[in-house]
Order: sequence, then structure tokens, then C-alpha cells
Amino acid sequence: MNIFFPVQLFADWLTFSVFSITPETIFYDAINFFIYDSIKIFILLSMIIFFVSIIRSYLPPEKIRFILSHKSKYTGNVIASLLGIITPFCSCSAIPLFLGFVQAGVPLGVTFSFLVASPMINEVALILLLGMFGWKIALIYIVSGLIISILSGMIIGKMKIENLIEPFVFQNTIKGDIELPIMTKKERIKYAKDYTLDILKKVWIYILIGIGIGAWIHGYVPTDFLAQYAGSDKWYAVPLAVLIGIPLYSNAAGVIPLVSALTEKGVSMGTTLAFMMSVTALSLPEFMILKKVMKVKLIFIFAGIVGIGIIFIGYLFNFIL
Amino acid sequence: MKIQVLGSGCATCKKLFEITKKVVSEVGLAENVEYVIDVQKIVAMGLMQSPILVINDKPVLIGFTSDTEKIKKTIEENK
Repeated sequence: MNIFFPVQLFADWLTFSVFSITPETIFYDAINFFIYDSIKIFILLSMIIFFVSIIRSYLPPEKIRFILSHKSKYTGNVIASLLGIITPFCSCSAIPLFLGFVQAGVPLGVTFSFLVASPMINEVALILLLGMFGWKIALIYIVSGLIISILSGMIIGKMKIENLIEPFVFQNTIKGDIELPIMTKKERIKYAKDYTLDILKKVWIYILIGIGIGAWIHGYVPTDFLAQYAGSDKWYAVPLAVLIGIPLYSNAAGVIPLVSALTEKGVSMGTTLAFMMSVTALSLPEFMILKKVMKVKLIFIFAGIVGIGIIFIGYLFNFIL
Repeated sequence: MKIQVLGSGCATCKKLFEITKKVVSEVGLAENVEYVIDVQKIVAMGLMQSPILVINDKPVLIGFTSDTEKIKKTIEENK
């Protein structure tokens, strides 16, 4: 049984009895879709962000660094990518993370694995995928994201590009084992609650706008209308989706509900996945900030490798799904 | 007493600085809050998050918070 069945009942009741909209009309469908999706997404968001925040309170970046500086190279790439899932990524922290990792002796490739996974596989994106596409697509997203971040880190690690890092980075070395204050259970719960509210406050408007436009598309755009422009037989759809995704970082929360409606109208799944990954993993503001610690050439190498990985995943799933 | 907000220069860091300034004047302290954009200093303390509230060279609050009560309490405790 669908656990969101009561939400559907509520949406039906609200649309029919409260708003008195005639059922089986396009307008009824759009409004019903909007109410149902919004409630569902906000329930999922609150629960999962809270849960991830509790785990995160046990694994702050300083602790992750301690773990990573004690792992061999390849295990390091894998663990860095996995830990990247639960770490939120804000462009504020990109530089301290990078310096903190590298100066404590975490290999460059492992640091890059973390830098790719952390923004790409985040809980907000995952919940939205889960809510709008189901668990299979969400799982495919995690696994593909992990593969891209592990491999990109390994490739960059192999390239010996230390000369493309600003020299000041290596002039300082630091000890990677710092004693952090231990949180009580009550503090962890408060931290998780505050964090969840913070994120919801930040993203709710984008999500509502995204679902709103999505609901409109759901009701008014003919099915398969977009297939002629972005179906799986169009070779340019994937790279184009990746390019469009680069400047859209800050609105990842609004992009997903929108994209789910586009998929319904004929954009193929691989193209959608590639677009989502590009929105989250390739971010223009992050690149600008990374310029403080590395040469532009390295940023291009980094974006190039990740971008090619995403395009590959896009074609792969257009082919098999 | 030395109160500093260390940050990477992002908007969130600036916001913590503004909130801290307000809290400090609310508790009636005459101290100036200093805003320092120096990531290397954060990293040298062994930390990797930003912003950081530092009192007398000791990091007391790691990461952003808009909880003025918490900031107030932290300042009182580390006087």
C-alpha cells in the first residue's frame, strides 16, 4: 500500500470539498497534484533531513578528515565518496574543507572524490527523487553519483597535478586530530531540529514554485510533447542538459519537481539524471571560489572529468531504461 | 576579552558577525567584535567549517547559527 494514501485523500478532499473544483477536469488535476506533491515532499524532507542531521552530528568534517587521513588511496576514494553523501555542501565551506584535507595529508584525489560527492549526492536531491520518481531512480542516482565521484577522484589523483594547486596550500601543514566538544543527545536532537528548519526555510519557496510549474505542466502540456525535442533518440539532449545545469546550482530544490513533470512529458530518464547531476555537482559559484586555491586549468580538468562522467551516465540510462 | 568571527568571506559568515555584534551590545559588553576573513587561520585551528566564533583565541562556536540565545550563552561562558 502507498504510505501516502492518506495524503491523497486529504488532497482530494481539499480540492473537491473545500475548493469545490469540478473533478476530472485539467484544473482539478493540476491543483490536486500540487497539494498532494507539496505535502508529500515536505513530510519526506522533514523526516529525512532530521535523520541525516543526527548521523551528521556524529561525523563532522574534522572527524571525516581524521578517518580519511588514515586510509590508503583507493579505499580513501570510496570512503570519501560515501561520507560525502551525508555532508552538506555550502560554497562557504569549500575552501576550509579543501585546505583542511590537503594540509592534514589527505591525498588530492581523495579530497576531490569528497568535493564531487558532497554536493552531488545530498539528501534534499535524494528525497525529491525518491518522492517524485520512486526508490529505483533514487538508488540509481546514488550509485551513479558514487561511481562518478570515486572515479573522478582516482583519475585526478593519478594525474599528478600538484603543480596546479596554489603554492601556499602546501606551505602549511596541520595536525589532523583535533578534540571536538562532545555533544549530548539533547544537543544532537536540537542541532538536527534547527538544521532541518533552516533547510526547509531556505528551500520551501523553490520547491513550491517547482511543484507549481510542474503541476501546470502535468495538467496542461500534452503527454510526450517534449519527446520530439528531448527524447532518448536525440543525441544532443544529454550534453545540452548538462550545460544548462551548470549555472542552476542554487535552485536544485526547485529544479527537481519541475524536472519530474518534464520527464512525464517525454524527456528521457538518462537526460533527466544527467541534468540533475549537473545542477548539483557542477556549480559555477563553487568553481569561482575554488580559484582561490587552485589554477583555473585544474578547475577545468575537474569540471571536465565530472562532466564527461555525467554525460556517460546520461547516455547509459537513456540506452537501458 | 577578544571576540572574533572568522569566516571565508561568504554571506553566512557576515551574518554571524552581524548577529554576534548585536548580541554583544545586548549583553552590555563594550568589546568590539572583529570580523576576520582568513581561512588559513580556521584551518590552522584544526577546523574546516566556516564561520567560527572565537573568544580569546579559542574557537567556541563552530558553524553558523542564528540562535541568539546560544550565542549569548557561549559568550557568557567564555568571558
